[in-house]
Amino acid sequence: MIVDIFVQQIINGIVQGSVYALVALGYTMVYGILGLINFAHGEVVMVGAMVALTVLQALLAAAVAPLLAILLSLLAAMAVCMALGYGIERVAYRPLRNAPRLAPLITAIGVSIVLQNLAMMIWGREYHAFPLPLDNALHALGGAIITNVQIAIVLVAVAVMALLLLIVHRTRLGRAMRAVAENPAAAMLMGVDINRVISATFMLGSALAAVAGFMVSANYGIVHYYMGFMLGLKAFTAAVLGGIGNLRGAMLGGLLLGLIESLGAGYIGDLSGGFFGSNYQDVFAFMVLIAVLIFRPSGLLGERVAERA
Amino acid sequence: MAENTLLEVRDLKVSYGGIQALKGISLTVGQGELVALIGSNGAGKTTTLKALSGLLHSTAGKLHYDGKSLHHMPAHQRVSAGLALVPEGRGIFARLSVAENLQMGAYTRNDSQVTEDIERMYALFPRLAERRAQLAGTLSGGEQQMVAMARALMSRPKLLMLDEPSMGLAPLMVAKIFETIRAVAAQGVSILLVEQNAKLALEAAQRGYVLEGGQITLEDSAANLLGSDAVRKAYLGA
Repeated sequence: MIVDIFVQQIINGIVQGSVYALVALGYTMVYGILGLINFAHGEVVMVGAMVALTVLQALLAAAVAPLLAILLSLLAAMAVCMALGYGIERVAYRPLRNAPRLAPLITAIGVSIVLQNLAMMIWGREYHAFPLPLDNALHALGGAIITNVQIAIVLVAVAVMALLLLIVHRTRLGRAMRAVAENPAAAMLMGVDINRVISATFMLGSALAAVAGFMVSANYGIVHYYMGFMLGLKAFTAAVLGGIGNLRGAMLGGLLLGLIESLGAGYIGDLSGGFFGSNYQDVFAFMVLIAVLIFRPSGLLGERVAERA
Repeated sequence: MAENTLLEVRDLKVSYGGIQALKGISLTVGQGELVALIGSNGAGKTTTLKALSGLLHSTAGKLHYDGKSLHHMPAHQRVSAGLALVPEGRGIFARLSVAENLQMGAYTRNDSQVTEDIERMYALFPRLAERRAQLAGTLSGGEQQMVAMARALMSRPKLLMLDEPSMGLAPLMVAKIFETIRAVAAQGVSILLVEQNAKLALEAAQRGYVLEGGQITLEDSAANLLGSDAVRKAYLGA
C-alpha cells in the first residue's frame, strides 16, 4: 500500500490536535475564571497517564476483561486527577487569590516541579510500555492509514468536548462558571460560592487532562514522568492560538496546532532540501506561539486583550 | 419607626485602603418599609450597601438582620438569608442571555417556582420578555437596569437594596424603574434605596437618612426631610 503523505499528516494532525484540544481546555477554563495560567496542568496529564498505567496493569494482571479494564483505568485516572486539580488550587492558588499576578505563576511552576519529582519517585525514571489489550488494527483511509486507537481518540475527544460545552452552556454549574468568569462580585451577590465554582472548574479541567493522558499513552504506547511538560506547553500554545479564555478557541487552537505540527514535520525535510528533519517538529508549535503573540495576541477567537488587574 | 425591625445597623465602621469610609453609622429598616439613604458623591452610600451585602467587611459595629448577626456571614450566604443588592453600575452578566441572568438570580433557590417567577418578571418588564434570548450586554442602559432589578427579585429577597437605580437613565426609564420599586415595596418587600437623586428617593420612601462624610447627619420621615431647609439646600437644589 502506498501511503499518501499529505492525507497521512492530516490524520496524524487531527489525532494529535484532539489531544492538544482537551489539554488546552483545562488551561483556558482556569484562565477564563481566574486570569491565571495553571502551568502545572501538563503534569496533571502525566499523572493521569501514570495512574491509568498502574490501574490498567493491575486489572489486566487480574484478568479483567480488556474493555472493562480500559474503562476502569480511565475512570480511576479521572478521579485521581480531579482530586489533584482540586488540591493544586487549594494549596497553590487560593492562598494567593489576591496576590500580585507573578506569585501564583511561581507557585504553578513549583507545583509542576513537585509533581514531576513525585512521579519520578513513584514510577521511576524509566519509560513504561503502556499495555493496550486491544487489537490496534490499521485501516486504510483516503490513501493513508489510521489505527483503531486513533479513531477512538478522535471520537472520544469530540464526545468529551460536546459534553463540556453542554455542561458550560446548559447547566446551573456552567452558568455559575460563566458568571464568575465575567464578574465575581456580581456572582457572589447572586449567592454563588465562588470558591466552589473555582474548585469545580479545576476538577473539570483535570478530568479532561486525565482523558488526554490516557489518549497519548495509548497512541504512543509509552509513558514517562516527564511527558507532561512538553505536552502542557504545546497545549498552552494551542489555548493562546485559539484565544485564551475561550472554550471553542481552545478546541480550534488544539486542532490547528496539531495540523500545523504534523504538516510542518511532514514537509520540512522537502522544503529545506533535507537540511531540517522532522525532529524539528516541536519548533513549529513555538513559532506559532511567537507569531500569535506578535500578530494577534488575543488569539483567533479571543475578544479581550486587556490585562486583568 | 417601624415596629418590626428587619435590619438593624449599629455604629458600623468600614475602612479600606487606610481610609475610614464609614465612621460609625446606625440605621434601621423595618418589615415592608422603604427607606432612602441620600448623600453626595463619596459620602459612603455605596460602601454602606457593600458592607451590608458582604462585599466589604466591617471593622467595627453590629449588623443584625432578621434577628441574626451578619458579621461572619459571607456574601453568598446573605443571599439565601434574603438580602439582595442591585449594585451600582448594575453588575449584569453581559455575556449571559437575559434569561440566564434571571436564572442566576435564582441561583440559591431549588424550588419548583423558579420558571413561574421568571414569567412574572417578564410580565413586570415586558421589554425583557422580548429580549430574553439576547445577550444582556447588548441591551440599553435602562433595559440593563431592569435585568439587574428582575435578577435581584428572582432570589425572593426580604430586603432589597438598590444602589443608584436611576443613574445614567433617561427620565422615562427612571419613572419606570421607580414605579417598579413602589410596586415591589407594595408587595411587602423591605427596600433600602441609595440615590443621588434625593427628591425622587424621598418621594418614594417612608423614611430617610442623610449620609455625609461617612456619618449619618439627619434622619427623619421622608416627608419631613423633603421639607427640611438643610436637605433642600444641599440635595434638592432649592
